[in-house]
Order: sequence, then C-alpha cells, then structure tokens
Amino acid sequence: MSNNKNSLMGWIDDRLPVTQTYEKHMSKYYAPKNFNFWYFFGVLSMLMLANQILTGIWLTMQFTPSAEAAFASVEYIMRDVEWGWLIRYMHSTGATFFFIAVYLHMMRALLYGSYQKPRELIWIFGMLIYLALMAEAFMGYVLPWGQMSYWGAQVIISLFSVLPYGDLLTEWIRGDFLISGATLNRFFALHVIAVPLVIVMLVVVHLLALHEVGSNNPDGVDIKKLKDENGKPLDGVPFHPYYTVHDMVGIVVFLMVFCTVLFFFPEGGGFMLEYANFEPANGLKTPEHIAPVWYFGAFYAILRAVPDKLLGVAAMGGAIAVLFVLPWLDRSPVRSWRYKGWISKIYLVIFGINFVLLTWLGTQPATETLTLVAQVASVIYFGFFIGMPFYTRMEKTKPVPERVTGGH
Amino acid sequence: MSQDGVNKGRRTLLVGATSAVGAVGAGFLAVPFVGSWMPSEKAKAAGAPAKIDVSKVGAGAMVTAEWRGKPVYVARRTDEMLGKLEGLAGRLKDPDNANKEQQPDYADNVYRSRKPELIVVLGVCTHLGCAPKYHPEVKPEPFDPNWQGGWFCPCHGSRFDLSGRVFSGSPASDNLVIPPYMYEDDNVVIVGVDEETA
Repeated sequence: MSNNKNSLMGWIDDRLPVTQTYEKHMSKYYAPKNFNFWYFFGVLSMLMLANQILTGIWLTMQFTPSAEAAFASVEYIMRDVEWGWLIRYMHSTGATFFFIAVYLHMMRALLYGSYQKPRELIWIFGMLIYLALMAEAFMGYVLPWGQMSYWGAQVIISLFSVLPYGDLLTEWIRGDFLISGATLNRFFALHVIAVPLVIVMLVVVHLLALHEVGSNNPDGVDIKKLKDENGKPLDGVPFHPYYTVHDMVGIVVFLMVFCTVLFFFPEGGGFMLEYANFEPANGLKTPEHIAPVWYFGAFYAILRAVPDKLLGVAAMGGAIAVLFVLPWLDRSPVRSWRYKGWISKIYLVIFGINFVLLTWLGTQPATETLTLVAQVASVIYFGFFIGMPFYTRMEKTKPVPERVTGGH
Repeated sequence: MSQDGVNKGRRTLLVGATSAVGAVGAGFLAVPFVGSWMPSEKAKAAGAPAKIDVSKVGAGAMVTAEWRGKPVYVARRTDEMLGKLEGLAGRLKDPDNANKEQQPDYADNVYRSRKPELIVVLGVCTHLGCAPKYHPEVKPEPFDPNWQGGWFCPCHGSRFDLSGRVFSGSPASDNLVIPPYMYEDDNVVIVGVDEETA
C-alpha cells in the first residue's frame, strides 16, 4: 500500500505511519500458533473495557451525583429512561465479566509463566491496570448511594486510617468527617474521568510492552529463536487475520454467557448487585451483613482473617503487593507449568481453588468456623508466593521442546 | 547545528536550575488541588451538639441518636449487667482504658460513663467504622459461645462489652469512643459539649 506514493494511503503514510503501525501490531505481529482457550481473556478484557466506557458515558447522561438525588436518579434510569435498565445492567454485569476475564487472564500468566523474563514489565503494567480497576470498581459501587455503597465506602476508606496521620488522610479522602455528598461527588469525578483515562493509558503501555517482546505461549517456548528464510518465526502466525478471526469465536461465546446473565440474572444472586443496596444510604445503621461485591471477596477475607486492625490491613495490602514481585519470586528455569516440577503444578492448582474459596469466604458472614477457614486459606495464599523461590529452584523440571506442541 | 564550542557544564546547570525551579512551582501548584479535597467550611460548620432525651430509655434498652452524622448509642444498663463488667477484664484488650484518647477523663472508669447505668458511646466500630449491633442478652451467640452481652460488629466480627471495651480476638484494637457529653438535667444528655468545652 505504502509503495504506491500516489494512493491516498501513500499520502497519509508520508505524514502519519498508519500502515507501518498496522503491520507492526496486526498483520505482521507474529503470535505463537499454539494459543489455547486461556488466550481469549486478554481480548475479552478489552471488550469489557469498551462496554464499560460506552455504557458508562450513557449512564452519566441521566445520573445525578449528589447525596440527595443519586439513589433516586438510579431508580429513574431503571424505570423511566428508555432502555435505561438495559444500559445500567450492561454496566453492572459488565463489571463482573470484566473481573472474570481479568482473573482468568492473570491465571493464564501463572500457568504459562508469562510474567517471567523478558515479560516482567508486561506483568507489572498488568498489575497496575488491576489496581486501577479495583479503585474504579470500588468508586463506581459507591455512586448508587445505597446501604452497601455507603458502608462499603466507610470500610474501604477506613483502611487508610492505619497509616501515619490516618485520621487526617481519611478526612482528606472523604472531604468530610463522615462519608457524605462530598465523597460521592469526588468519586463520581474520579470514576468517570480520572481512573478510566489511567486505565486506557496503561492498557496501551501493556500492549506496547507485549508487542516489543512478543507473546508467550502454553509451552513457554521462545518462538523467535527459530525463523524461516524470510525472518518469520516458524511457530508464529500473523495476528491478523489468524487470531482476529479466532478471537471472534471466543467473543461470541463469551457474549452468549454475558447476555444470559444480563437478561436472566442481572443481580447475580446478590453477588453482583447486593440486596442491601436497594435501600438508600443510612449513616446510622449498618446492614445486618455487609460484604463486598464478589470480585473483592478474596482480599476482604484476608483482611478479616487477621484479628488485628493494622496487621489485617497490612495482610490485605501485602496480598496484592506480593503479586507485583512475582517475576522475581519464580526461579524456575522453565516458564510453563507443563514442564515445571510437581510441587509447582500441585500448588498452582491449590492456589487457584484457594483463591475461589477466599472469594466466597469474603462474601459470607464472619462466624468462628469460617474465620478459621479464612485463616488457613490466607496462609495457603501467602505460602504460594513465599515458598516460590525455594520450590521452583529445588524441584526437577522436564526438558522444554525446541518447537511449540499442538496448534494448527 | 554545530555542537562545537558548546559549554556542556553551563547547559547542564541551566537545564538543572530551570527544572528545579519548575518542580518547586509544580509543588506550589499542587497545594490548591490537594487542599480542595479537605472538608469544606460548610462541612466543618455542621457539627453542632445533639440533645438526647434519655428518660424513655428503658432498663437494658438502647436508643440511637445522631451527632455529626454519626450514630450515638445511649444504653441503660441494669445492675446485673453492671455487675458482670468487672469480671471481664481478662478477656479484654484494654480493660483499664489505657488508651486515654478513647474516652474523656470523667468516663475513665469501668463503666466508661458519668452515671454508671447510662452509657453514651459512639456507634462507630474502631476497626473500620461500621455501626456495631446491640446484643444485650447473656446467651451463646454464633460469634461467641460465652457471650456476656455487648455490641457485635457485623462487618468484621469485632466484639465489645456493655462498656464498649473490645474483646481479645477482635479485629478492632481500641475500645469504642465515648464522645464528650454532659447532663443538662436528669433526663437530657447533650453530646458534643462538656464542662471543658462549654
């Protein structure tokens, strides 16, 4: 295209590198040919990001960010605005499916060692996206100004009170001596402008870093080592058209599940839209049972498991922080769990199940038995990371093949 | 452009000095942006004292009032309830009010109140700020088989006795806060002022 200097494309390419960029990231970006099911969740996360931005913009057109009017304006969207119920449910269900896609995307990285050298920065930018996403989801949940919005905000903002000058810091975050309209208003600004901008910029950097070093694959084999006479990786296929078409299948199946939940279970049995949130915020009465929405459950369970305020918050923060240093904890000579030793394999499966268990525990009331279970599960969670430098070094790994296995 | 005769030292100094002045300027510019997040004058003015009529609080019962947007609990304890408080010391994190910030001096006693029977306490859990629930009955509870009555926080399971003192094993580390208060007469309590501040 760009060879023809007289074409429109040639004219543009002389002024803006459109064709060059398209080739670098799409038609001449060689991805390993053996991608499996787990490799759908990156593009699905982006799909959900697009869904959140689109439906979010439409929601701001009807929502009123004030303590007096927020709850009623959400009811107005649900009952009086044409298609308002659909747009709002797309947004609330989208949040859940965004987190499902992101958690599975992260699990994929754990399975195939996609965080290992030379992909440490991809992982770190991914973690920053996850952190921003948690802030985004938390502030979004405050906006409908129901009981859970209010008391969830009360608990999460109080987490900062363990830091030095904690009382001053929490007053600064709330903009008041208690959660109030001032808090709601600033969370609205952060939720619709500041954090989405940060997330989009981080996604761009995440992808630029990925395309610089190339995609990992289920075998953890470096496909750039073996190239044909034209310099193309033997085990690589161009992202477009091969993976764009391939991803469409995943997108269709994912959207079928998404729409089933959206139309038939929009409240997600109280895990996505909690029943206490159908009651307007009341600062004098905490609901009988307060729990975060499901995607924060695991970290909330760790917070509750520790019978001390400072240590509990430290454990919760540590549970997220330890993920950042994961690339330096894994000392295994191989990437993929297919070739790692049995300790890594078994612990990885246990870690996955344990994370689901913690997530469930975080949504349940704190009884003595469940607190004990949460304590054991927290130890398993941290053991996975703390033990990693040791068990990945001692265990016997299998030889990694030269070429990828499977694929078409 | 020719690089000959460039004084690199001077260039580094000028770039460094300009950047440093710019950084200081950015620091000053941050002040209004950071400052605008602090509670506004309107929010500061909204903290008037609250009057509570305590004559209708029956023995063993509790009412919730509002002060500065926060719940204030007023509970009238029976002699039987008061009698149990001394014996709980071994199960509490801070039985002797060692943390002086949690109560005014006049509430620095085992009952944590001016008059033994009537406790005025902020219904804000010292863990993460939920409103603890009143469970006055002495009976085995799911959260404590040996429950002697008090407050239980539904958020993270912190337990407090009928003086608002935190039990060991709770995620909260401090006793519930006793706000400044005084009696206007036998039946009316004013929360937010006492002899010192009035």
